[in-house]
This record gives sequence, structure tokens and C-alpha cells, in this order.
Amino acid sequence: MNQFSYMRPSNLKAAIDAVAKDTSARFIAGGTNLLDLMKNGVVIPEKLVDINRLPLKDIQLNKDILHIGALVLNSELAAHELVITYHPLLSQALLAGASQQLRNMATVGGNMMQRTRCSYFYDTTMPCNKRVPGSGCGAIGGINRMHAIFGASSDCIAVHPSDMCVALTALDATVLVAGPKGNRRIPFGDFHRLPGNTPQTDNTLGKGEIITAVEIPSNAFTKNVYYLKVRDRASYAFALVSVAAALDISNNIIRGARLAMGGVAHKPWRLREAEQTLIGKAPTTENFRVAANIAMTSAIAYKHNAFKIPMAHNTIITALQKAAAI
Amino acid sequence: MSQEPNNQESCQHKKEKYEARRDFLKQSSAMMALALAPPLVMKAAKNDEAIAAIFEKVPVSMEINGKAYNLSLEPRVTLLDLLREQLNLTGTKKGCDHGQCGACTVHVNGQRINSCLTLAVMQEGKKITTIEGLAIGEQLHPVQEAFIKHDGFQCGYCTPGQIMSAVACLREGHAGSAAEIREFMSGNICRCGAYDNIVDAIMEVKQGGQTV
Repeated sequence: MNQFSYMRPSNLKAAIDAVAKDTSARFIAGGTNLLDLMKNGVVIPEKLVDINRLPLKDIQLNKDILHIGALVLNSELAAHELVITYHPLLSQALLAGASQQLRNMATVGGNMMQRTRCSYFYDTTMPCNKRVPGSGCGAIGGINRMHAIFGASSDCIAVHPSDMCVALTALDATVLVAGPKGNRRIPFGDFHRLPGNTPQTDNTLGKGEIITAVEIPSNAFTKNVYYLKVRDRASYAFALVSVAAALDISNNIIRGARLAMGGVAHKPWRLREAEQTLIGKAPTTENFRVAANIAMTSAIAYKHNAFKIPMAHNTIITALQKAAAI
Repeated sequence: MSQEPNNQESCQHKKEKYEARRDFLKQSSAMMALALAPPLVMKAAKNDEAIAAIFEKVPVSMEINGKAYNLSLEPRVTLLDLLREQLNLTGTKKGCDHGQCGACTVHVNGQRINSCLTLAVMQEGKKITTIEGLAIGEQLHPVQEAFIKHDGFQCGYCTPGQIMSAVACLREGHAGSAAEIREFMSGNICRCGAYDNIVDAIMEVKQGGQTV
């Protein structure tokens, strides 16, 4: 690992100032992704600003809105009574990600900030527009089994690796951000971005901006929810495809539906049209199949990941069946 | 290996044997390194030290296996490297060094983590427990006993991480069934494939109701 200087600010302003004024400085919270990237020479910060002392560790329910501090640990959030009671989809998604050791280190903010696990991004001997803009994409003509089927560009076909973010997208969360120019709120679906011709930028945060919390509005998705993750082994692997499904069913009619996918795009992939087709319908496999057909219409495969299209289609149907308990 | 745990005397004998082997390896590799080091390499090492001095060392206090440590560390030292390379606590293993294998699992303030993916300077004021801190004197921890009884290892390299993870798994209440144990132990990879026996060992401690 390259050398760097280290500071541990005790208040938010000092942390923001430290990163806003120094182009090579980075925040560190759990460190589970950043230190890995630093060991590989993918990211070489000259200064690390340890934010673990900042007071961003609260979980509270205010007027039906669940407020989750950015430094809440993934393991703590997954096991929290308020999350299990009001947003079980989030708990399921968190437990599908990483291992208990990593969840004990990884924070909510850090989970959102983690980088793609595209092997060309990690391998500094290969071209990668995300790592070195303009160097090309090794994955497009290379081994692209793990890569995107939605929203990719001719510059980047990497996918976002998070499970937690897939659930938060489905749950219409909001990201709270503080920065040199003050505070702002970002709808979760607008936080991560598609690669376009600037794949080096994963999200819409500005320099020196820091995630302070995530908020989830109240919803009716407390019972019929399911997070289904398909991967190369039963546990502790990144998704080939994952689906977050949430249904609000009464009198055998779907009143509300949320669907989002992981492992398929540069950001958590919300399936709004598929959601709409389910409203007012009965929770049947045939209706779920129609929704899955709609969800997959814009999918594009590369040489090694064509299997993801039927897999994603089937995963949507199965996740909805599990959510509806049919 | 026998199905019954060995008595303490033979455990002690084994321990001495392993330590003697480790000391031999350390001495012989150190002598080899000196013999092979050309003057240029020695000079480069000196330059590295000068560069290192620019980056300030950070004072860090922590408690490891009940003992207080006041250290001065380069920020880039991981907790794993501190334990192994500076404090000679080599029970904690470096497998992948990228958070993928779990061999480096230790407890920080009672929670299991991968020590390869955290900086030692981030552990200021924390209480660390490594595999060396699990037994009470010569009395093995119940999970250690169970691993021996059930043959929960072959080559043994992943074992310290498996045991630290297993103890935490039991304390967390995630050992309710074989399926739950498998899920919550999935962060510890065993390339020999001792998984079935590891699950048996954890199940036995859970069913025995022993305090872990």
C-alpha cells in the first residue's frame, strides 16, 4: 500500500474541509472497499480522513420516516427492530451481501460509495475508462460474464455491486448530503449514475460532499417482500442478478408494487414500467410473467453474459412469487 | 486424528514442537535474506526509510488479548500486519489479504471483523481479541475443543479465522441450525473443505449450552 497521511476529525465541518481542499484526500469509514482498492493500486490517496468519530450513527423513526445515519453498520441495520418491522426488504438485502465480518465493518454510506468489482477496473495492467478515463474498456471485448445488460455505454459496461442499494432504490429512499456549499437531499434513484462517456464518476456527489444519512418514507411493504439474489455460490458472492420485490396486496389485488434489480447495470436498476403493469392485478404467476417481459425489453447482452437475460426474467418472476407467497 | 480430545500434556507437547518449527523457519529465512541481500538493496531500503519519515507516525493505544499497547504506527499498517509483523501474534493468518477468505478474522470490541481490511490506526481505544486470547491458560475454549473433536480442519491455515468466526457466530445467536451456521460462516473459506466438520463442531457447542 502506498503511504498516506491520516487524520481523524471530530466534527463534520472539519471532515468536509479536509477533503474539499485536497484533491487526493478520501474519506474512510469501514474501509472494506477502499483499502482493497488501495492495496491494488487502483486508488492512491495521499490523505485519509477517518470519519468514524462523526455523530452519524443514529437510527430513528421521525413522523413515519426512518432516519439511518451514514455510519450505521450494515450488520446493525440488518438486525435493527425498526428495519425488520417496517422495511424487511432492506434487512433481507443487507443479509444477502458480503459476510458477517464485512457487514460488521461496512457502513451505509460506504456501501453506497463502493466501486464496481469489474475485474478490468481492478487490474491496473488493463485498460479501463472508469479507472483511467480514455484508456478504453477491457470488458467490452473481454470476459464480460459479470457485466451489465441495462444502461451500459460504449465506454463502460460495469455493474454496481451493492445489494443494500437495490432495496433502498425500491423503497424510494432519500440520500442526505452535507458539503462545502451546505446540505442537500438526493432521491436515491438519482444518487448513482449511468456510465455514459464519463464512467469514472459513479454518483452525483460533489467534491467534499459527504453522505450523512439515508431516509426511508413509510410504506405498505411490510409483509409481501422478497430479496432474491442469484450468484455463483450459495453465499458470500456478488450477484449475477438480484431482484428486490415488494408488493402491497389486499383482497387478492396488488395495490402497490416495487421492483429493482442488482448486478445488471451501473446503478441499481428500478423497473417502474413493470411495477405499473402489476397495479390492480391479481398476484398470479401469469401477471408476474407479463411484468418480467416488460422489464427485460431493453436488455442488451455481451459475449459472455447473455445468460443473464433469461436468468433476470426468471428471477423477477420467482422474487414476485416469493413476495406474494404463492 | 483421534475422535477424543488429547489430554493437556500432549497438547503442550504439540505446542512446543510447533513453536520450535516456527523459530527454525524464522531464523533460517532471516539468514537466507541476509545472505542474498546485495549492497544496492540495502541502500534502497535506507532510502525507503527516509521517505517514510515524511509521513508522520500516529500514536495508537489499544488493548489486545487483555494487554494494553501504546504504539506509534505508520497509517498504512493494517491491523493484521500489526498483529503478525510487529507484535508477533502470528495466530491470525494472512490468506488473501483482500477480505475474501476470512483467515484474518479477529474480534474488535466483541464483533468479528476482517483484520486485513482495517487500518491499525483506526482501532484507537478498541479491545482486540485474537486466537491467542481465546484459551484461558492451558484450558482451550469450548469451540477450540470442539474443532479438535470433530476434525474441523485439515491443513489448519484457515482454522484460527474459522474459530474466531465460530465463537462470534454463537455469541450473535446465528447458530440455530446447520443452514444458519453455513450462511453466517460463509465469510470463512476452507480450501481443504472441512465445512461439514466445522458445522458439526459449532452445532455441538451450541447444543451443549456452554458459555462461549
